[in-house]
Amino acid sequence: MIKKFDKKDEESGSGSNPFQHLEKSAVLQEARIFNETPINPRRCLHILTKIIYLLNQGEHFGTTEATEAFFAMTRLFQSNDQTLRRMCYLTIKEMANISEDVIIVTSSLTKDMTGKEDVYRGPAIRALCRITDTTMLQAIERYMKQAIVDKVPSVSSSALVSSLHMVKMSYDVVKRWVNEAQEAASSDNIMVQYHALGLLYHLRKNDRLAVTKMLNKFTKSGLKSPFAYCMLIRIASKLLDETEGGHDSPLFDFIESCLRNKNEMVVYEAASAIVHMPNCTARELAPAVSVLQLFCSSPKAALRYAAVRTLNKVAMKHPSAVTACNLDLENLITDSNRSIATLAITTLLKTGSESSVDRLMKQISSFVSEISDEFKVVVVQAISALCQKYPRKHSVMMNFLSNMLRDDGGFEYKRAIVDCIISIIEENPESKETGLAHLCEFIEDCEHTVLATKILHLLGKEGPRTPQPSKYIRFIFNRVVLESEAVRAAAVSALAKFGAQNDDLLPSVLVLMQRCMMDSDDEVRDRATFYMNVLQQKQKALNAAYIFNGLSVSIPGLEKSLHQYTLEPSEKPFDMKTVPLATTPITEQKTEIAPVATSKLPEKLAPSRQDIYQEQLASIPEFQGLGPLFKSSEPVQLTEAETEYVVRCVKHTFARHMVFQFDCTNTLNDQLLQKVVVQMEPSEAYEVIHYIPAPSLPYSQPGSCYTLVRLPDDDPTAVSCTFSCTMKYLVRDCDPNTGEPDDDGYDDEYVLEDLEVTVADHIQKVLKPNFGAAWEEVGDEFEKEETFALASVRTLDEAVGNIISFLGMQPCERSDKVPENKNSHVLFLAGVFRGSHDVLVRARLALADGVTMQVTVRSSEETVVDVILASVG
Amino acid sequence: FDTEPSLYTVKAVLILDNDGDRLYAKYYDDTYPTVKEQKAFEKNIFNKTHRTDSEIALLEGLTVVYKSNIDLFFYVIGSSHENELMLMAVLNCLFDSLSQMLRKNVERRALLENMEGLFLAVDEIVDGGVILESDPQQVVHRVALRGDDVPLTEQTVTQVLQSAKEQIKWSLLR
Repeated sequence: MIKKFDKKDEESGSGSNPFQHLEKSAVLQEARIFNETPINPRRCLHILTKIIYLLNQGEHFGTTEATEAFFAMTRLFQSNDQTLRRMCYLTIKEMANISEDVIIVTSSLTKDMTGKEDVYRGPAIRALCRITDTTMLQAIERYMKQAIVDKVPSVSSSALVSSLHMVKMSYDVVKRWVNEAQEAASSDNIMVQYHALGLLYHLRKNDRLAVTKMLNKFTKSGLKSPFAYCMLIRIASKLLDETEGGHDSPLFDFIESCLRNKNEMVVYEAASAIVHMPNCTARELAPAVSVLQLFCSSPKAALRYAAVRTLNKVAMKHPSAVTACNLDLENLITDSNRSIATLAITTLLKTGSESSVDRLMKQISSFVSEISDEFKVVVVQAISALCQKYPRKHSVMMNFLSNMLRDDGGFEYKRAIVDCIISIIEENPESKETGLAHLCEFIEDCEHTVLATKILHLLGKEGPRTPQPSKYIRFIFNRVVLESEAVRAAAVSALAKFGAQNDDLLPSVLVLMQRCMMDSDDEVRDRATFYMNVLQQKQKALNAAYIFNGLSVSIPGLEKSLHQYTLEPSEKPFDMKTVPLATTPITEQKTEIAPVATSKLPEKLAPSRQDIYQEQLASIPEFQGLGPLFKSSEPVQLTEAETEYVVRCVKHTFARHMVFQFDCTNTLNDQLLQKVVVQMEPSEAYEVIHYIPAPSLPYSQPGSCYTLVRLPDDDPTAVSCTFSCTMKYLVRDCDPNTGEPDDDGYDDEYVLEDLEVTVADHIQKVLKPNFGAAWEEVGDEFEKEETFALASVRTLDEAVGNIISFLGMQPCERSDKVPENKNSHVLFLAGVFRGSHDVLVRARLALADGVTMQVTVRSSEETVVDVILASVG
Repeated sequence: FDTEPSLYTVKAVLILDNDGDRLYAKYYDDTYPTVKEQKAFEKNIFNKTHRTDSEIALLEGLTVVYKSNIDLFFYVIGSSHENELMLMAVLNCLFDSLSQMLRKNVERRALLENMEGLFLAVDEIVDGGVILESDPQQVVHRVALRGDDVPLTEQTVTQVLQSAKEQIKWSLLR
């Protein structure tokens, strides 16, 4: 308080801080006066304040010194000074994890929590629960129950919130207090209501029925607390999401009714909940959008921010729903809060027309340096989305991005820009050279190894195929001279690609390689030596196999095979073909465009789905000796969704066999199935050689059975086959409540849908980054060509999609994207046929009253070419 | 956005001075487990906010609501999915409570003279990340800081006179 000010303090100006030069040891020394009689409350209070201040500054207290101070402090409970007592509670909470034997204050706290002084009771409960464990909690259970229903709000709230904290540790004890919490929920005090609701939900959240009942009760009775309303809205929208409840559900009506609540906090929570619901139609969004629109002109910055941030999210999925707010958003683009301005502009970029792009970009570049990295990333993502929408604007965007790239910024921000530029380059061939030039400039001064290597890889891929490849060499070689090992190694690989593609550059590249062979790092030297030797052979096939298109095997698979090879010494050299192929990622998943928290977890190399299957199958003795797993299909459903038994099948292809894995689920709670097999009748010369049953299928626990089939050896062209499938099993009826089965059972069977094996099951996708080189590498020894008319297909897009899914091969060179307004297109597909035969397909498509297709197939094996052409026909 | 509905709303409450130094900091979860990370975060926050008076920002993936007065900066921090207005309610409650307790003298020196009041007030507003109270009147009432050595019964009368006297004295000095 002001009167406490010392004369000296006043003179020394506002820079003085009575706590500034506190020494921990001096303060602990002072704490000895706690032991003096009589207690001087003012001095003791001041010392406790100093201790808490030090703890708050992050000062470390050793266990012994903390324990000593703590024990001295316990004496202060003899004083009746209110503030001093309250500071004791705080000290107890702050020291609970540092000092030993804090439980000695239990009885003092229990006395205060049940005493007459209301000022003490709430804080005493909270301090007590902080030092209590499950066994001690049972000892004070009676008091806790009383406190929860106490008529003093601070006591009740403290007990409820402390109970919530205790749930993590002592769920079984706290759950016995449900009735008390229920009673507290009907309190008149708004905070008690909120805390009771929170505790009730936490205790019941795993019981959907109980949650539904609770929601029904509270949504009908109406609550007073806006906080409790927000909580209810969250519970309701979670329940809606889980039950996939339609938007005609009473829960949705409740959330919508909250849009008319008189408290802004509740209105916003409801609007935000509706916006985040999956599958909302524009009509359902409209009321939420219109309240957000009102908030846009609020004098409160937090409300404007919340509104425009939520509108920004709406604009990603439903730009048209936000168009009505364009005028309000325009007013926000000059908001003094730059976060609001940025969000407004990026929203407008999504909803506005092409003509407004230039103006908005100009506005945003005037203050882009003032905003935080998180929002810069938002801007970049908006630009990225815009480039896909208006490809013609790419030069404006590219210019803007290159300016941003030159500014300061963290890794996430730079990565977003680089990714954006790369995607523009891939979408718009005419922007390739400008984009590459900007990236070259960027790596001249780039502190992020990951980005530098990524760009070098891109330069290696795209640079050699530009009209003037030589101009990139300088940028790349500069990296070899100036950068860290990882970047140098990436630069060497990029250089090699220039040498392999451009004969006139080869001599200079070889000279540069020579220099790299003297690098101080062994990885760099190894790469240089390897590429040097390959390049000197001057053979297109070698270049294609070892420089352009790298290994296509699965890395965990390779590791395992090599380990196996070292365990069994053999005269034969290691055969690359025994290694399972990598399953190519289908397409890069677009990350959600939102300023999300940057995850701190390092990315782990997760084993692919196929690596997991390989592991599982290898553990079954009957399947040993089949060789490496070649391909696993996506699961095929063999039953309708809502039937007694749900069965889906994964087809695993090996060199000469196929294994069908049936994942079965029994949805009848009064049956136990045993010895489950799926019997298969092939239409062609496929031979079923083994059934492996699932021993038992209890209610709702999935199990797998397998069928092993040999592929016909004599006719390699027989790649497709239809199997009729019947599930056979022993049924034992059981009590639905206990799950106890009867002693006797009876045999039964269940007819499943037919299963098709097609040519796609025999081909694994492989991405060839440089298709042209791979095409040359395979050569035209077994090339065949045929022309087909696809009468039923109306567009090129449709034709491309059909061919890809039919053959199950990997589209290369982004040829799966058909440019707009074109009448012809060339599709490049690459894959490996069962038995490790490379196969490449070039399909020329022409659109004229249906689609005409000329297919050219190359492979290292003649039968493969025949199989493909036969199956297309 | 499928976060579990929960009462745990506040990740941290901070008060920094106009050099960006920590006067008070309470972290309620493990977003920044070590003192070093906390201080780095506070530095970042201060750099991004001390020049603009714009109330709300998104930093390191967290929503930060803030308010400054003379030489103090108040921050309340929550997840980026949190209802911004809830965080704002906490910030306003903290500021208004302190304003009453410090008799409108919300500045660094007055605060440092009343650190115990600040500690107790924050303890009444947020408990382990849960909003405990949002009404400043209730908070001030519960903190119940007494004037020095004044018996409880006489407190109100003397306190009124005292504060009136001080108000006059300070208005003359200014």
